[in-house]
Amino acid sequence: MNIVRLALAYLRYRLATTSLNILLLVFGVATIATVVIVAHQIRERVSREIAGIDLVVGAEGSPLQLILAAVFQIDAPTGNIPLAEAEFLRRHPLVASAVPIAMGDSVSGFRIIGTEPALLSERNARLARGRLWERAMEAVLGAQVARATGLDVGASFVGVHGLHGGLAHAEHPYTVVGVLAPTGTVLDRLVFTSLESVWLVHERPRPSVARGAPAEHEHEEHHEHEEHPASSEKRISREGAEITALFVRYRSPLAAVQLPRLVNERPNLQAASPALEAARLLAILGFGLDTLRLFGVVVTAVAALSVLVALAHALEERRADIAIMRVLGATRGLVVRELLLEALLLGAAGLVLGLALAHLSVELLARSFRQVHEAGITGGTIAPEELWLVPAVLALGVLAALFPAVRAYRLDLASTLARA
Amino acid sequence: MLGREAASREGGGGVPPSPPAVATVDAVRVRGLSLLRNGRTVLALADWSVPVNGRCLIAGPSGSGKTSLLQILAGILPPTTGTVEIAGREITSMPEAARDRFRGRTIGFVFQTLHLVRALSVLDNLRLAAFVVGERRSDAELHQLLRAVGLEDRARARPFELSQGEAQRVAIARALVNRPRLLLADEPTSALDDANAQRIAELLVARTAEIEAALVVATHDARLSPWFEQKLELGRSS
Repeated sequence: MNIVRLALAYLRYRLATTSLNILLLVFGVATIATVVIVAHQIRERVSREIAGIDLVVGAEGSPLQLILAAVFQIDAPTGNIPLAEAEFLRRHPLVASAVPIAMGDSVSGFRIIGTEPALLSERNARLARGRLWERAMEAVLGAQVARATGLDVGASFVGVHGLHGGLAHAEHPYTVVGVLAPTGTVLDRLVFTSLESVWLVHERPRPSVARGAPAEHEHEEHHEHEEHPASSEKRISREGAEITALFVRYRSPLAAVQLPRLVNERPNLQAASPALEAARLLAILGFGLDTLRLFGVVVTAVAALSVLVALAHALEERRADIAIMRVLGATRGLVVRELLLEALLLGAAGLVLGLALAHLSVELLARSFRQVHEAGITGGTIAPEELWLVPAVLALGVLAALFPAVRAYRLDLASTLARA
Repeated sequence: MLGREAASREGGGGVPPSPPAVATVDAVRVRGLSLLRNGRTVLALADWSVPVNGRCLIAGPSGSGKTSLLQILAGILPPTTGTVEIAGREITSMPEAARDRFRGRTIGFVFQTLHLVRALSVLDNLRLAAFVVGERRSDAELHQLLRAVGLEDRARARPFELSQGEAQRVAIARALVNRPRLLLADEPTSALDDANAQRIAELLVARTAEIEAALVVATHDARLSPWFEQKLELGRSS
């Protein structure tokens, strides 16, 4: 016999109430923890995605859309801009680096991005094997693309217009020259090639990328290119070529003040700050998460209240038991400690099971929904904010037990025994 | 703790009765005791003692202060005036927590109907008695106690599975776990039929004699009278 066994015996004795209280706690804790876990991972993911990009320059439109399309690759781009228009930024003294991207077609649902190798080095992406692209129609696969498609160095594939099952560009096959190591960002889900490759493939007239054709090759000439695909490579020129966006990294903080204004003054150009837009995005998302979290807090509070009611109720039933313990030699302190321990054990059970349930449901969510999984959500990591739940829930348990404990402490032994 | 030292000096259960080592120390000694409630004297006891191994019956109509006296002897109820010595120790001046522990180690208490902690099995009820005063008892010892009250096969039973008489016997066994110097019983047989009352009375007398503890029983149950050599008659005080 010890105090833990005694507390467990009482919890077992009132199994129905105990189970109900634990269940309530579990739901409360699990709701809060799920929100905390998901929110943490989304924030982590977002900050990973925008790391190293201070400013995105693209076509006029919604800045959030520009960021979503160019950085997160989850929206249609706002349009294209002439590379020449953005070129001045590359020479600007406040700019440390500026990398253009041109959105191309797709392979097995994975977007092909025309860009410069600097994009990968800027974002600390490393090759797992092979090399970077050097010539047009050479491609480097993101880790997930390689895994999903089974393509590897030496293989070739053709891009498909649009993201899902469009027209195949069979006349312009890509050759895989490298595969990236996993980065935990959207890069894993992209195929990288040179800007020229994207321009080359898209010389055919297409309404959406019609503006993207190089200036010296008018639309009417496209038939000619289709007939001579091999020769077109040499004739691709950067002049008049269009890109989807330009990723800019500042050289000094001063740039944050000057550059956006400079860009926005130009017709057809807009500058969007990934940090700012991500914060807006998270704020929108945060509202939903806050609502969920509030729900979790309410459920947990109800659970605490239920524990309080159960303990208070149990105390009424238990006056006789407490009196017996006191007669047997238990001090008031021991009786109070035992009651508090019961509440702590309830809290701990609710906490452990609740956190387990939260991680399990996040993991199930990630396994059931591709989008959730692709957002990098996993039940396997612990968010630092989760740890706050440990003292919070245990304190709540003790708080709930405080009122019954004080009553137990004040129990008048003589009159309780006289009445019994 | 003096109480424990005294207990170990006297030896455990099963030792044949021998003359007390210190004849002057009574199991119970009360001096100038009074209890006032709402200005009324509920109890007044100038000088009263029960010797070691003594058996005393406290009789009197209800309201005569029998229960109050037992509670005062157990250190549960503080008297208005006077002192109480149990096994040579004055308990009236002890701090509460010390008195609680002293009670747990030195005094056993049996009630009329209030018997067992409901959340615990019979055996755990016995373990509880040792635990709350920081003692350990081997299961063999506890089973021995249950055997003595004829309930060794009920060790795993829950209190609700026991009859009133069985619960009372478990309560007696539990009161003896810490080998008390004094066993107090408040109407231990009033809720029982003749056969059970007889059995409980036998047990109380035999078990206390065996461990050389004094027995003080408060009751208006006339069936118990023959078992006691000493009697204290409390009148309705006014």
